[in-house]
This record gives sequence, structure tokens and C-alpha cells, in this order.
Amino acid sequence: MAKTILAVDDSTSIRQMVAFTLKSAGYTVIEAADGVEGLAKANANATAINLVLTDQNMPNMDGLTLIKSLRGLPQFVATPILMLTTESSDAMKTQGKAAGATGWLVKPFDPHKLLEVVKKVIG
Amino acid sequence: MSIDMSQFYQVFFDEVAEHLASMESLLLSLDLGTPDADQLNAIFRAAHSIKGGSGTFGFTDMAEVTHILETLLDRVRKNEITLTHDMVDAFLQAGDVLRGLLEAHQNGSAVDGVASVGICAKLERLTEGAAAMPVKETPSDVLAKVDADTEKRSRRQSVPSTAKSSPPALMQHTYQIQFANTRSAFPSKTHLKNLLKELNNIGKIDNQKITAKKVSLSLVSLESETKLREIFSFFLEPKQLTITESGSTLYSDDESGYGFFDEPERIRSILASSESSAGAESYGLFIEPEAIKSGVENANGYGFFGEVENQAAASPELNARKDDIPGRRETDRAAAAAAAAAGGENSIRVGVGKVDNLVNLVGELVITQAMLAEAASDVDPVLHERLINGLAQLDRNTRDLQESVMSVRMMPISLVFSRFQRVVRDSAVKLNKNVQLKIVGESTELDKGLIEKISDPLTHLVRNSLDHGIEPPDERIAKGKDPQGTITLSAAHQGGNIVIEVSDDGAGLNREKILAKAREKGMPVSDNMSDWDVWKIIFSPGFSTAAVITDVSGRGVGMDVVKKNIDAISGRVDISSRPGQGCTMSIRLPLTLAILDGMSIAVGDQIYIVPLGFISESLQPHVGDIKEISGQGQVVHVRGEYLQLIALYKLFNIQPRVTDPTEGILVLIEAEGKKVALFVDELVGQHQVVIKSLETNYRKVPGVSGATIMGDGRVAMIIDVGALVKMAHLK
Repeated sequence: MAKTILAVDDSTSIRQMVAFTLKSAGYTVIEAADGVEGLAKANANATAINLVLTDQNMPNMDGLTLIKSLRGLPQFVATPILMLTTESSDAMKTQGKAAGATGWLVKPFDPHKLLEVVKKVIG
Repeated sequence: MSIDMSQFYQVFFDEVAEHLASMESLLLSLDLGTPDADQLNAIFRAAHSIKGGSGTFGFTDMAEVTHILETLLDRVRKNEITLTHDMVDAFLQAGDVLRGLLEAHQNGSAVDGVASVGICAKLERLTEGAAAMPVKETPSDVLAKVDADTEKRSRRQSVPSTAKSSPPALMQHTYQIQFANTRSAFPSKTHLKNLLKELNNIGKIDNQKITAKKVSLSLVSLESETKLREIFSFFLEPKQLTITESGSTLYSDDESGYGFFDEPERIRSILASSESSAGAESYGLFIEPEAIKSGVENANGYGFFGEVENQAAASPELNARKDDIPGRRETDRAAAAAAAAAGGENSIRVGVGKVDNLVNLVGELVITQAMLAEAASDVDPVLHERLINGLAQLDRNTRDLQESVMSVRMMPISLVFSRFQRVVRDSAVKLNKNVQLKIVGESTELDKGLIEKISDPLTHLVRNSLDHGIEPPDERIAKGKDPQGTITLSAAHQGGNIVIEVSDDGAGLNREKILAKAREKGMPVSDNMSDWDVWKIIFSPGFSTAAVITDVSGRGVGMDVVKKNIDAISGRVDISSRPGQGCTMSIRLPLTLAILDGMSIAVGDQIYIVPLGFISESLQPHVGDIKEISGQGQVVHVRGEYLQLIALYKLFNIQPRVTDPTEGILVLIEAEGKKVALFVDELVGQHQVVIKSLETNYRKVPGVSGATIMGDGRVAMIIDVGALVKMAHLK
């Protein structure tokens, strides 16, 4: 069964690129434009989502807050969450890990890199 | 699988344009003294998004500019440096440069590298300047400043290399590699040679030392440590190998561009993935970097991962349960699809040409419908009830269709208004004036064609207000006014028109100055002219009263061009001005250029259309109301007012059916601030007419603004009321 990925990014172009890449690799993709929408869609599709990809810098609710909120939900305690971020500083990683992220992927990335990482996590 | 990134370019371009616009308006609304944290964050986010996108889609020039911009913005928003006017200026300029780059990429034209280098240097100077200067600078810091300057210079030189290394994907790494030279790993020398050859393929080997037990070398490579370890994994056990990166930077531990806080196969086992994991050594690198480890321990967040491990046993069940409920998943998916449909694409882009064609076709349809209605008017309604009903329905549908099609072309006037924040800001700085711009009714919708054409005249009027209207701050204070001047841009619907006003609280128009200047230019003026007539003089070609010609308003080719441009879109400009209190220029425009609500009138065998907006009333005068005034022709007395009587038949040289006003109809029209009575044979009816240009099909005819095709197929002229009033005045 196709695995489902929730992709959260406020940039439409990047979201479309991510979704297109993942869809062409056979994944089902749910898109959200910010943390608030991401959380709502995560809640609505809780049992289906196998992986969450989230941008850090977003209006309304940022990535870290989204990760923390998701980890607070019983269905998302163990779901892998990857942060897509332009920062790769240690401080960001510390924060990301503390929030409960599974890993990070530095922007800009190319689609192949994205698939490589996603495959490593959920196959 | 290869993915064509260019398919996302258009979305990306639109997005960047949006971000740039919002960044600009946010920057303009920033209060320098106490900048709003939310606004700063929003500006930062805009820059950040542009950077992320440009990097992803390969527009490195834009990514470079936004990188520096973002860095500075980040420090501003974190209160590390104070926001200055110069910074806002530089940010705005950076926005302009980015817009230029965006356009260049969009049109595939040449990229202005000079501009981006210039703005990068400027932003860097600001970053460094701010860094060298403490937030609160004390006067005794002179020595420190000298030091900082020297430092600045040296740092500026090192800038290109730093800038180049910032995208992590392009990092070049220097590794120090040591590994055991054992028989089991390298049974023969060829094996070691093969390994070295592979390393040579991905980088440059230096300081190679091979002893009987150990091999050490340094490698400069673009490849990640992961990749290196993969190569080594064919030969060695991981513990026999040490790789350290000597060219260590902040990015050094994630040169691969991603990382996990746990090993992927552990994550996978938690998820009960059925796949067997790959060899452990190829994942060895995904163990988190040392720095993180210590940081996380400090943060006390380390225990979390233990919990996750404990859940490993429970999770398979969770996953299994997920798959057990297919119905649930179906609903979820349906919900997701519905949500996507609701939040997804709800607009389409089409070429303007297509819309114009649609408008034109609907126009023709309206004419056909009118012809049918006309043809059916003498049909017996009892005998042909169904036909009449059908025609009534056709009439309604055509009207609705026409309205919908016209609304496609309607756009909010904010598209034009929004750019004035910048115009006002930049010009006010140049003129050393303190001016704020107020915008009212920016959501008012207007035909796209009009929006494009109103922009230039409006810019002119706003600049005029800035330049000639608003006084310098000291003069304003002397007059007892607020030193900050206000220019108000407003738009509103009024009947079938849209009225756009540019008003300022400046000095107002100076009657004496205008009259003096007009005399100087040899124009026919007199002191007892009405204000209205005096203000109109400024629309005369080549007229300018500014004592000093400024950079902002340019030479006196202003108002006459404004008037001409607005006339060209069937608009009117009205001026009202009060000395010392300000001036208001109102532009009255039709909602659309394609259709006109008009009254058809008959003179002789001709039909004319008078735009409905100009008509105030129609009446049949009594004999006593008509008076003859020597030299001024006839006037008509209407409710205490004497109005000039214009006989259309005389103006257009037609043979009328009636020559006595008391036998015909007087249509009272208002234009150019004057009320006149138009004498016609009879009123025919009210129509919506589709305007066809007379100029493009024939030539410009004075007193006529266009033509239309009537229901019976006849061509009717549309009267240019303003010009008509002027013509009658001259006669």
C-alpha cells in the first residue's frame, strides 16, 4: 500500500515540487501550507500518515511548534518527522531534536536527495 | 527518474513576486522607532522564502542576494542591531534588484549582475557597520571604531569566499583519513590501489603515507563522509577506519545536506518496516554529530529517544491496526482529497486576449439580442406569447452573461494604489518633505484596461501633490499645520462611475500665480474668471507654475498630458482647491470601456446616444422659459437657473423635425462643471450600448466619442458631452 507523507511548506512552488517528486515515486502526499493547516490535516489523516516533512519558517505556526504539537498526539509519537530547513546550524539541530524531529534535510535540496532521504526513513 | 524543475518555475516566479510585494509594503509601513516584531518576522519570512525557493530552483543569483538580506534581517528581528533608515532603504533597493533578477529570469533576458553585486556590498556594509558599532554607541568609542574600520576592510576582502561557501551543497571538504593496512582488507597491493583510485575519482589525495600497518592521507573532495565510508566499506570494517574533517566549518557535520537524530534502520524498525535493513556500516554516519550530542544533553532532551525505543514494541501493533481498517483509510483519503480541493487551485490564469475576445463576442450578442427585441416589438404578444417570453429570457440571460464577462476583467484598484507608498516615500525623501500616504477604498474594482491606463496620470497627480502641494515641514509649522503632510488616494463607486481622488492638505492652487503665468504665456484670461475656469488653465499644454523645476515632477509637461490620458479613457478630471488647505483632483471614470449606459435621442433622421451619467433631467419648456440673449444665443429658465441652450441640429448641421424648443425636448446635461440644455427632437429610449471606436474605423469627429450599432442595425453616434459643451461655448 502506498505510503502517505504529509508535506508542510508555506512556499507553493517548493511544496508542489516536493509533492510532485514524492508522488512520482509512488507515495501519497497530503499538502499543507503552514503549521496550523499541517496539524489539522495530520489530525484528519492521523492513521494514514507514515512520514511528516515540514519546513521550519512558516506563518501562523512554525515547523518546530508543529513537531512539538504532533509529538503530543498519541498517533504521532513514533511517526518520523523530517525538518526541511535552510539553516543547518547546531542550534537548529538541538532545537529540532528537542522538539522531537527525526532528522533534517537542508534546503536547497534536489528532488533526488529528497527521495533518497525519504526512502531511508520509510522505504 | 529525472524531474523537470522548470514546470515549477512559473509558480515560483509568482510566489517571489508576491513575497517581494508584501516585503515592500511591510517595509514601507515599518515604524523605525518601534518596529513591530510581527512585521519584522513577516519581512524576514518573505526574504527567507525567496531564498529557499531560489536555491531549490537553481536561481543562485537571487539566492545570494536574499541570503545576505536575510542575514541582516535576522539580526534586526532578533534585536541584535537597530533598524535604521539606511537599512530600510537598502532593503527596498534589494527588493528592486530581486525584482529585476526575477524579471530577467522570467523573460530569459540578461541578468544585471552589477546591480546585485552592488546591493550585496551595500547590505554587507550595513551588516558589518552594525556589527562593528554597538547598539548604543558612546562618543568615546572613536578608537574602537578605527579598529573596526580596519577590520571591516579586511573582512570585506574575505567576503567572496564566505559567500561562495554558504550553499552547503557546494561545500568542499578536507578529510584526514587513516585506516588499517591489513591482509584481510587488502590481500594484494592492487586492492589498495583500487581503493586509492576510487578516492582519486571523487577528490584529490594529499600527504599519502603508506606503512606496513597503516595508511594515512588527506582528501579534498565535494563528496560527503557518508559516500567515503561507503567506498571504504567494501574493504574495511568501520572500526578500522577513522575519518576526520580538518576543514571544519559550521556546516561540516552535515555536508550531506541532511541528517537523522537516530539511525534510519532504528527508525524503520520502530515503524516495523518489513524490509531488512542494509549493512550497518553504510549508515554509520547518520549517528548524530558530536556537537549535537553534547548540546542535547545540556538541553535535557536526550531522554526522549529512549522513550521512542521503548515504544518500538508497541508500534508494530499500532501500524498493524492502521492497515486493519481499510474503510477508515478510505474516508480519510476522501477527506484529504476534499480538503485539497477546497484549499487548492481555485483560480486560473488566462491570456488577456482571450478575455477581450469574450467581451467582444458578448458585445455582439448584446447587439443581436437588441435587434431581436426590436424586431419582436411589433409582434402580437397574444399570438406569439412563447416567442415574447423567450426573448425576455434571452434579454435577462444576455445581461447576466455580459455582467459576468465584464467582471472577469475587473481588478481591484489596489494594484495601482499599492505602488504609491513607494513613490511617496522616495519622492518625499528627495524633496526633504515629511509626507504620509493614506489609501481609501483600495478594493474598488475597475476594468483591467482602465487600471493600466490610470496608473501614469495618477502617478503624475501624486507627484504633483508632493512637489507643489505639500509644503516643506518648516513652512507647514509656520502655518500652524502638522509638519507631516498627508496625501489621500481614494477610490469609490458613484453610480455607473468610479471616482478616484488624489487629495493633499498642502497649500492648494494659487489663483493669482496661475493667472499671472497664464498672462505671461499669452492666454486669454481675466481676473473675474471663476475658480473652476482658473483651475482648468493648469491643464493647458506647456503650463507649469513651479518656480523651480524639480527632479520629482520634471518639466511642465504635466497636467495637459494627464488630462489627455484621462480623456482618452472617457474620464473627466475635476479640481477643487482651497488656498492653504489643500487641493483635490477627482478623476471620474466609466466602470468599463466597452459598454455604456446611454439615452438615445433623435434629431431629424439621426439617432444619437448621450451617456446617461451626464443627464440630470429632460423636460419640455414653456414658451416663456426660453429667452434670447444677445451674443450668447438662447437660454432656458429652469427652476431659477438660466442654462445655455444648445441646439444639436445646429451643431451637427442636420435638418430637424422641430426648430422650436417648446415643441421638442430639452435634455439637461452636466459637464465640465457647467449645466447646459441640449435641444433635441425627441427621446427614443434608454439603452446599453456597445462602444465601437470611431477613430480606428473612420477618424476623430469633434463632439463625438464613438459609435454604436442600434437594435435596428443603424449606426448611432455617441456624444462626447464635454467636447459638445466646449464647442457650443466657442460658437
